Amino acid sequence: MQQGCLALEDGRIFTGVGFGAQGVQTGELVFNTSMTGYQEILTDPSYHRQIVTMTTAHVGNTGINPQDVESDRVWVAGFVVRALSPVVSSWRSRRDLDGYLREQGVIGLSEVATRALVRHIRSRGVMRAAIAHGEAASDPAALVELARSAPDMSGWNLVNDVTCAEPYHWTERSDPQWYRRHRYDPAGPLVVAYDFGIKRNILRLLTDRGLRVTVVPAQTPAAEVLAMNPAGVFLSNGPGDPAAVTYAIDNVKALLGRVPIFGICLGHQLLGLALGGRTEKMRFGHRGGNQPVKNLLTGVVEISSHNHGFAVTPDSDLGGAEITHINLNDQTVEGLRHEALGAFSVQYHPEASPGPHDSLYLFDEFVARVKQTQLAASRPGADRP
Amino acid sequence: MPKRTDLQTILIIGSGPIVIGQGCEFDYSGVQACKALRRQGYRIVLVNSNPATIMTDPEFADATYIEPLTPDILERIIEQERPDALLPTVGGQTALNLALALHERGTLDAHQIELIGASLPSIRLAEDRQLFKDAMTEIGLKSPASEVVQSIEDAVRVAGRLGYPVLVRPSFTLGGSGGGVAYTEAELREIAERGLKLSPIGQILVDLSLIGWKEYELEVMRDARGNFVVVCSIENLDPMGVHTGDSITVAPAQTLTDKEAQRLRDMAKAVLDRVGLATGGANVQFAINPADGEVYVIEMNPRVSRSSALASKATGFPIAKIAALLAIGFSLDEIPNDITRITPASFEPSLDYVVVKIPRWNFEKFAGVDRVLGPQMKAVGEVMAIGRTFPEALQKGIRALDIGVDGFGSKLGEAPPEALRVPTAQRLFQVASALASGTPLAEVAQHTGFDPWFVRQMGDIIARQERLLRDRPALDQLSAEDFRELKRWGFSDAHLAGLLGVDEMRVRARRRALGVTPVYYRVDTCAAEFEAHTPYLYSTYEEDDEAAPTAQRKVVILGGGPNRIGQGIEFDYCCVHACFALKELGYETIMVNCNPETVSTDYDTADRLYFEPLTAEDVLNILDAERPDGVLVQFGGQTPLNIAHALAAASAPIWGTSVEMIDLAEDRERFHQLMVELDIPQPPGATALSRDEALAAAADIGYPVLVRPSYVLGGRGMALAFDAEMLADWLDAQITWDGRPVLIDRFLDDAFEVDVDALADGRQVVIGGIMQHIEEAGIHSGDSACVLPPYKISMYHLEIIREYTQRIGRALNVKGLFNVQYAIQDEVVYVLEVNPRASRTVPFVSKATGRPLARYAAQIAAGRTLAEIGFTEEPRVDGFFVKEAVLPFQKFPGVDARLGPEMRSTGEVMGHASNFGHAFAKAEMAASTHLPLEGTVFISVNDFDKGAVLKIARDLHRLGFRLLATAGTARWLGTVGLPAEVVNKVSEGSPHVLDMLRAGQIGLIINTPRGGQAHQDGARIRSAAHLYGVPIITTLSAAAAAVQGIKALKHKPLRVRSLQAHHGV
Repeated sequence: MQQGCLALEDGRIFTGVGFGAQGVQTGELVFNTSMTGYQEILTDPSYHRQIVTMTTAHVGNTGINPQDVESDRVWVAGFVVRALSPVVSSWRSRRDLDGYLREQGVIGLSEVATRALVRHIRSRGVMRAAIAHGEAASDPAALVELARSAPDMSGWNLVNDVTCAEPYHWTERSDPQWYRRHRYDPAGPLVVAYDFGIKRNILRLLTDRGLRVTVVPAQTPAAEVLAMNPAGVFLSNGPGDPAAVTYAIDNVKALLGRVPIFGICLGHQLLGLALGGRTEKMRFGHRGGNQPVKNLLTGVVEISSHNHGFAVTPDSDLGGAEITHINLNDQTVEGLRHEALGAFSVQYHPEASPGPHDSLYLFDEFVARVKQTQLAASRPGADRP
Repeated sequence: MPKRTDLQTILIIGSGPIVIGQGCEFDYSGVQACKALRRQGYRIVLVNSNPATIMTDPEFADATYIEPLTPDILERIIEQERPDALLPTVGGQTALNLALALHERGTLDAHQIELIGASLPSIRLAEDRQLFKDAMTEIGLKSPASEVVQSIEDAVRVAGRLGYPVLVRPSFTLGGSGGGVAYTEAELREIAERGLKLSPIGQILVDLSLIGWKEYELEVMRDARGNFVVVCSIENLDPMGVHTGDSITVAPAQTLTDKEAQRLRDMAKAVLDRVGLATGGANVQFAINPADGEVYVIEMNPRVSRSSALASKATGFPIAKIAALLAIGFSLDEIPNDITRITPASFEPSLDYVVVKIPRWNFEKFAGVDRVLGPQMKAVGEVMAIGRTFPEALQKGIRALDIGVDGFGSKLGEAPPEALRVPTAQRLFQVASALASGTPLAEVAQHTGFDPWFVRQMGDIIARQERLLRDRPALDQLSAEDFRELKRWGFSDAHLAGLLGVDEMRVRARRRALGVTPVYYRVDTCAAEFEAHTPYLYSTYEEDDEAAPTAQRKVVILGGGPNRIGQGIEFDYCCVHACFALKELGYETIMVNCNPETVSTDYDTADRLYFEPLTAEDVLNILDAERPDGVLVQFGGQTPLNIAHALAAASAPIWGTSVEMIDLAEDRERFHQLMVELDIPQPPGATALSRDEALAAAADIGYPVLVRPSYVLGGRGMALAFDAEMLADWLDAQITWDGRPVLIDRFLDDAFEVDVDALADGRQVVIGGIMQHIEEAGIHSGDSACVLPPYKISMYHLEIIREYTQRIGRALNVKGLFNVQYAIQDEVVYVLEVNPRASRTVPFVSKATGRPLARYAAQIAAGRTLAEIGFTEEPRVDGFFVKEAVLPFQKFPGVDARLGPEMRSTGEVMGHASNFGHAFAKAEMAASTHLPLEGTVFISVNDFDKGAVLKIARDLHRLGFRLLATAGTARWLGTVGLPAEVVNKVSEGSPHVLDMLRAGQIGLIINTPRGGQAHQDGARIRSAAHLYGVPIITTLSAAAAAVQGIKALKHKPLRVRSLQAHHGV
């Protein structure tokens, strides 16, 4: 058993047993209340530079399989659990969590008093922390100092770290055993997806619905995107402070009104900023699979998957956009729509993965808007929207 | 949506007596529904035949009917109360079936009663197995290949097509009654016959058996807006093939990836959509092939259930309460989450702990029962344990069972590894044994079908135990670190004491000296994301205590633990009342219990709830944390009394009757001494510490004798011995001589028994009620019907009983409730036993008298006097109240269905009326014994009873019944001119009595077995009677009462009356 330590910037120390890689790492310490889906969480680029604590007691039970990944690597800066499973049980598993994190160079910590940790963050807000496994864990004071010297999430553009280097086409569909089948159309309308740290399941769900998807790097200028003549633009999720990704805000502004836009998470925040609104850092954010979001247009509550530390400020000037969704726990803005500009977005994760599938309709809605626009464009004498 | 204002009066149907498969979880759900709807301003009419429930307390409804749950009676109540709506989803399958029946006979339409919370088509679709299967196919979900059949031959044909083994399940029965797994055609024929008979529509389902697949259950809710939430996912440790009520279950599910978990969620939602559940709670069960993840939908229940009670307790999300609010129009987002207060109920609880439920069985009470677990539920209760990890929760659950096992591995069930294939109550312990003896994990997983994930965690517990056994460290060699590690793995002090060979209290002292004490965490529905305002707590060994005890005046109430025969819902009733009483007196109330089915473990009942095992260690830890002013041990039955000594030794402030006096009442010699001093006769008796002593004592006392081990409840192991041979056999089979005595008493033949519940405050003794048993002495008081007030006891004897009760209450310095059992034989009143604590009959007496005795007892414990309470006279009882026991023989084919000194009933019902006959008839009707008004009565009595049976036979003859008897009895009846037709004994060949029973030609059976003379025929007749649902009476006193009941029914129809109307409140 290797010793492990988690040191918080306010001086609180949590000890544990290290697993995965050895060494030291810093990050923003957050918690996630999903009871399943650690593999998707580990590989979600939105967790870049964050040390994620799982609240569920046992983690690693179902091992690691090749399918349930949201990107090609683990992004979390560290992974904290109460009880690392000593055994793997799943017909799909190919390896265990410990070995996976070791290979990926990510530090894990088990046997941590995670509930005390969550209550600490809940009352004091998210904070910077240093996680150590091995030698370094024996000097907590040094780790506290290290945590304090880590960069603050506010004002930090992390998108550059996670976006793709080159544009690419996405063709993979989701595994039909998990989702209802859709009609697949290899020659469907083209959608350009900005990669601010995009999760694969978003791409699969777009593809499932008969869209041709081209993923482009975050910095791709709007003009270049418009030159591809897309029927829709998708703004992805991603890590860091949205207000710091100024080039993306500018690009969204340039695209608004030119093409239907759908944003998720960071994409939603960027849309809000582009419309003239503000974003703010939340005390400890929403991370989990059980958040009640009310669709104000239908009155129905969606149980949704969340992962955000920033949110659009509700009383900011949103350029005429309406708030379509709110979180019933704390009234956070969870959805926006600007009908005239053909743009809508949600703060939460309709692609789930992990989490419930209540909000898949948003993808259908996007497809409908895209097709409608395409139809209008193909009409003789019609202008671009 | 706001609540509906077009409804004023809502009828709620309870689930009736506690039976296997339908327990006190429906009292919990009913209480929640009544409370929630009354708070919304509706007038509530409640019907339930079970007087032991909290829901039937007059203050929970506007009109409370303790009446038989039959369509006829309900129709009468409906005519009287004119409800606008019926909520049928909180009273189990009983309530749903009644709702269907009321619809079918047109009652609902005739009175314009709207069904809320469920629709008729959805009830039908979910319950009719073929309709359900077709519906699943329609929405693209797999369900086990199966066919509905209505004959044995068809069942055999279908099984031939599907291939053996097949699962047989009757339609519309509780707890899978009559189901079974058939591996061969012969087995199939037997199970199919039983199943066809038990299904009210004569229909069974023959399923492809998915034995060995993993089993999961989702507890879900939806509202009229279409909002849908999964409250809890539950994973069964036992794979498919064992009824979920008999399975050890774990929440949240542990071995699903998110993809798989969400697929089940999507499927559950699709099932609800298809079944058409408009609002409320439901559960959906799934089977998953562990090899490739293939999913089958097994069943869906469109109502609250045993598992929804479990899920409510496991998550802090009160399903029944919310289901009731949804039924009257609210949507989930309009209902606040009680625990966080700031967030709505439209969310899915997130658990940061693990919950383990373990069933409690009572097989030892049923000689000859098939102990193998299968599709028909056999458990009589359950415990739930909360721990931060699975090992911690599992170990807590085991010690919470109150079966003398301190943890996983502390009891080993030696068995060859192949035996692990067979699911039994012992399998968990056999697994511990196999692991301890080095059986590879994979082999254990393969034999049991337990997921390897669980088996590995069990193996890790055993590895720690084996390390201790190997190293044999001295107690003071164990460091704080060692202790903390062991505690985090769930090891109890008692378990460690056993492993280290020291006394438990020494382990405790050492542990505390090292500063290793538990913290208490809150069950908060949200994994600490929001602050929890409800102190619903469990212990663990981690950081940051969340108990936040207050500085108020406070009392800890110890609950009764898992339900079992002899200690059931009655004690929960008493605990809950104690809690209410102390709240009223301004105390902060703190409940400790581990039974998820109960009202006491509703976080809404006490001010603070510790969901913990009732062991000395767990309770003392709570007392350390809370420092209460008082502890109540007299309300939860024997379980809290068993640890009273340990608590007292640790200076716990035990209120009420002293532990010393409780002991005295249990101590045969000292009690006898006291009775001599008080000049109260006892049947001759003795205690024995060895076999020889016992036989000598019995010879001295004279046969027949009653024998039993000391310190038991529910007559566990109690038997009637007619001679030395029988006594010796019983001693050899039942007793391990371990220093605890065996009690031997003269059995009083032909005596009347009387139960008295009384209160005392140290100054005054006041009787609450005097009940006369209808069955004669020799039948356990819990299994005997009884009547309040006594109907056949002279004033003279009643006065003696009152006087003795006074003497005993004063002598024992009782401060609270006590119960005395008397027998009257040959003009002498004997005292049989005294229990200075709440008794099983307290709720019954309280309902009959309108005086809440348990509340008074709690007030006395807190120092009030009877005079201050205003209870100074024995209440007068208006009319007759009959309590009848409900027995589980139908669930246990092959068990001789006769009454005896060992209690075997699981529940009770009450009938009340202005005359005894009607009250008795109602009680029988409520217990599903429908006394016939005409037809044929089969009489077969032992020689001893032949004299007394004549009057009964004559009355029946005069009432127009045809008498049927075996040759001997018929001849005897003939001697006094009673015409009785002769029927063959089974041994005499067909057509015999069983043929006639099967053909439905017998309407009532009077069959009295006796001691060693009981012959094979009797057992077969009794078992067949239970199978075919023919009323059977096994004592002559009960037969006489039945005759009175039949007379009354023929004379005048039954009337119904609410408790409120009866008591004029």
